Amino acid sequence: MAEAHDYKAIGTSPVRPDGVDKVTGRANFGADLNLPNMLHGKVLRSPHAHARIRSVDVSRALEMDGVYAAISGADFPSGAEGDIQGEGGGTVSDLAQNIVARDKALYHGHPVAAVAAKTPYIAERALDLIEVDYEVLPPVLDVDEAMADGATLINENLHTNGDTSQPASNVAGITKFERGDVDEAFAEADLIVEGEYRTPTAHQGYIEPHACTATYSEEGKATIWCCTQGHFDVRSLTASVLGVSVGDLKVIPSEIGGGFGGKTVIYLEPLAVKLSEVSGRPVKMVMSREEVFRATGPTSATHSRVKVGAKKDGTITAASAWIAYEAGAFPGAPVGPGCMAIFAPYDLPNFRVEGFDVLVNKPKVAAYRAPGAPQAMYAMESAVDDLARELDMDPIDLRLMNAADEGTQAPYGPTFPPIGIRDCLQAAKAHPNYTTPKGEGVGRGIAAGFWFNIGMQSSAEVRLSEDGTVTVVEGNPDIGGTRASMCLMAAETLGVPYETVRAHVGDTESTGFCNVTGGSRTTFATGMAVVQACEDIIAQCKQRAAATWDIDADQVDWTDGEAVPQPGVNVDVQPLSLADIAGNAGRTGGPILGRASLNAQGAGASFSVNMADVTVDRETGKVDVVNFTAIQDAGTAIHRAYVEGQMQGGAVQGLGWALNEEYVYDANGEMENAGFLDYRVPVTSDMPMIDTHIVEVPNPSHPYGVRGVGETPIVAPLSVAANAVRDALGFRIPDLPLSPPNVLAAIDDREGA
Amino acid sequence: MAKVHVTTSVNGEEREVLCEPHQSLLDVLRDELGMTGTKEGCATGDCGACSVLIDGRLVCSCLMLGVEAEGVDITTIEGIANGSELHVLQRKFLEHAALQCGICTPGFIVAAKALLDTNPDPDETTIRYWLAGNLCRCTGYDKIVRAVQDAAQELAYEA
Ligand code: FES
Ligand code: FES
Repeated sequence: MAEAHDYKAIGTSPVRPDGVDKVTGRANFGADLNLPNMLHGKVLRSPHAHARIRSVDVSRALEMDGVYAAISGADFPSGAEGDIQGEGGGTVSDLAQNIVARDKALYHGHPVAAVAAKTPYIAERALDLIEVDYEVLPPVLDVDEAMADGATLINENLHTNGDTSQPASNVAGITKFERGDVDEAFAEADLIVEGEYRTPTAHQGYIEPHACTATYSEEGKATIWCCTQGHFDVRSLTASVLGVSVGDLKVIPSEIGGGFGGKTVIYLEPLAVKLSEVSGRPVKMVMSREEVFRATGPTSATHSRVKVGAKKDGTITAASAWIAYEAGAFPGAPVGPGCMAIFAPYDLPNFRVEGFDVLVNKPKVAAYRAPGAPQAMYAMESAVDDLARELDMDPIDLRLMNAADEGTQAPYGPTFPPIGIRDCLQAAKAHPNYTTPKGEGVGRGIAAGFWFNIGMQSSAEVRLSEDGTVTVVEGNPDIGGTRASMCLMAAETLGVPYETVRAHVGDTESTGFCNVTGGSRTTFATGMAVVQACEDIIAQCKQRAAATWDIDADQVDWTDGEAVPQPGVNVDVQPLSLADIAGNAGRTGGPILGRASLNAQGAGASFSVNMADVTVDRETGKVDVVNFTAIQDAGTAIHRAYVEGQMQGGAVQGLGWALNEEYVYDANGEMENAGFLDYRVPVTSDMPMIDTHIVEVPNPSHPYGVRGVGETPIVAPLSVAANAVRDALGFRIPDLPLSPPNVLAAIDDREGA
Repeated sequence: MAKVHVTTSVNGEEREVLCEPHQSLLDVLRDELGMTGTKEGCATGDCGACSVLIDGRLVCSCLMLGVEAEGVDITTIEGIANGSELHVLQRKFLEHAALQCGICTPGFIVAAKALLDTNPDPDETTIRYWLAGNLCRCTGYDKIVRAVQDAAQELAYEA
């Protein structure tokens, strides 16, 4: 178990450094920048889910008073090649075509042209004057249809896994892996449970729509302000679409109003730069909520089949899964991580997974919090729940019996270092919400969650001011309190009060490269860079002190924010505080600046166990969540309240996905509920308080033991809700969401109404 | 299109503005008056990010026209603090970590203020239903509800 540490700053919950700006309205988000002479850009979007574009004519729009630029796919370089460098992957050509369609519109809402005008109102009117000649094609709207023999092809040049010896297909890729003798192990099982499940197309649902402002200068360089999870990725992605060097672009991140993975990609930025280039004026573009639903995000709808075999005592002998993920209009569903995550909580000697990346005429999917894992683990955790029922075993005991441990070879390859799944299960078993008998008519559900977490590249600089106050500069947009966690780690390392440390998120020119705020990597990887940069500061401070005292630097210790001579070093001096050394820096060698850059390895996996009690109204089909308990291994919680906040927010987002959210399409492939009224995310009155319990099994690869915590919280709630509803109703509804009409229909079906 | 001259009061200060007849109050606040603390999440009245008080009443500024603001008293997030002293709700949101990304926060604070102005001692259910028009995608609402409860308690204690 965790060693006890007496950290001073780490594990507390101070007010965040950017907090006051965010409660007073002073913080600037994506849409909040206004520049002199600025124009407003708007996008013309395809009204068809699938259509050939014969021609686009923007000339009449350009003639309108107040319109300064009108562009279409023809204004962008064609034939871009190569793969995208960055978290999401994919090809530059697909990205470029998603920014603006060329010869085919692939989903309802696909950008076709854009204009810039004096006001947003004029820009909207101008869109009506753009003439597009479409040849409408039949849309393909779900995986089953897309995979069927003779399906309409979305991309005639797409062959499964690039194998051109096979006919073209909507299946972009198949992922398979296997361990042990699966068929033999199923044959040895005393019982087998099987299930077939579906999850809907769902959106990240960040409250801030995408927004950016761009100015193009006469020397061929552009500056972009935007809300993003990673401005370095905005720079490289935009450069690749425009066919320019990253050195020609500067990207300044605004504050960001939620992302959940959906702001790791770009949509508006290349259009804004091009409109600014053509008009010679700054151009601001802000999406409407409807555009956000129709053309950004979402995450994959899935169809899956899972089979689990076990001995009478509960030992799982084998498991297999078949999962088809919708990719949207271009390849790139999170099928790899889904397949790798599905069995992660378990020590399984024999398993087989097959995953499919399938094109449909919907927006290109974007990362959504633990991309791919919630859908896959929903299937497995539902099957494990059914297995516990068949065995008449406690669902926690069944999971404890089969749980992975340190040393277990993970289904996705590596051997687990210390992990927290067992600790989470034990904490669940002892939790009052589990030991308390459930009430009359209440259903109780439990499930495990998991996410890999990632490391990747980060840089940080730590600067000492002349009075000893500290500025941390790094390049990860603060989406949920990461400035606070950087300051806490810096304060802990330097041994100074949290209040003396400030954190600044630099732009692409004022700070070193950082990968996106995503993959639950910021507190882990950028935090590690901040700690190393602070260690660099300490090393320099020791040198300055040594020079002052005329001893060697290795005769100096750094204790509680002060340089002190090592015990036994015979000098008669007073300790020098960080402020003393900083104040004297001009006389001892100049300003003190610490830095670090790294490619972080060993992001520790974070496991969770969640549980909930629900009631189901059999008259209306409405599911009410009575209580919810989130238990998760954080490694070490740096800012406790923000760790809890991630767990609570993920729980409610997952419950929304489980209980209500879904894209509803008409037969032509137009989304019918593209607004918050009809795509209903959870509201305050839908939810109870969310109880949290933080487990801390330190990650040996981080100086303070951090594991990422941001993504795991959304994984388990889908199956927790489904398992609880199963418990309440006495039968399982395998297709999400468990919304009132779907639940009512299932009850009626069951009761033969 | 002829612009309309509107005289209104924003956070206690008289403001004159020329607005287009179709512009929402939200657009007028943000684009004409440069007060970007009030946010747009949907422009259809479904998210509450644009919450303001009109003569003390909670309103979605995206659902009201700028021209309708003639002669009214508008309170926005920029007018909630008393000079350099934060309102107790602002303090409690910070102390309880009731914001993650912070885009919903101005709307929640304005809406919660409207609640506490009329009902200084709301129970949890009242708070949850009152704030049901404000969407937050990050926090799961738990810490927001607690911040409002705590603010109410402190106000009651002071009273
Ligand atoms: S912007 Fe007004 S309610 Fe959403
Ligand atoms: S804190 Fe992000 S939407 Fe509420």
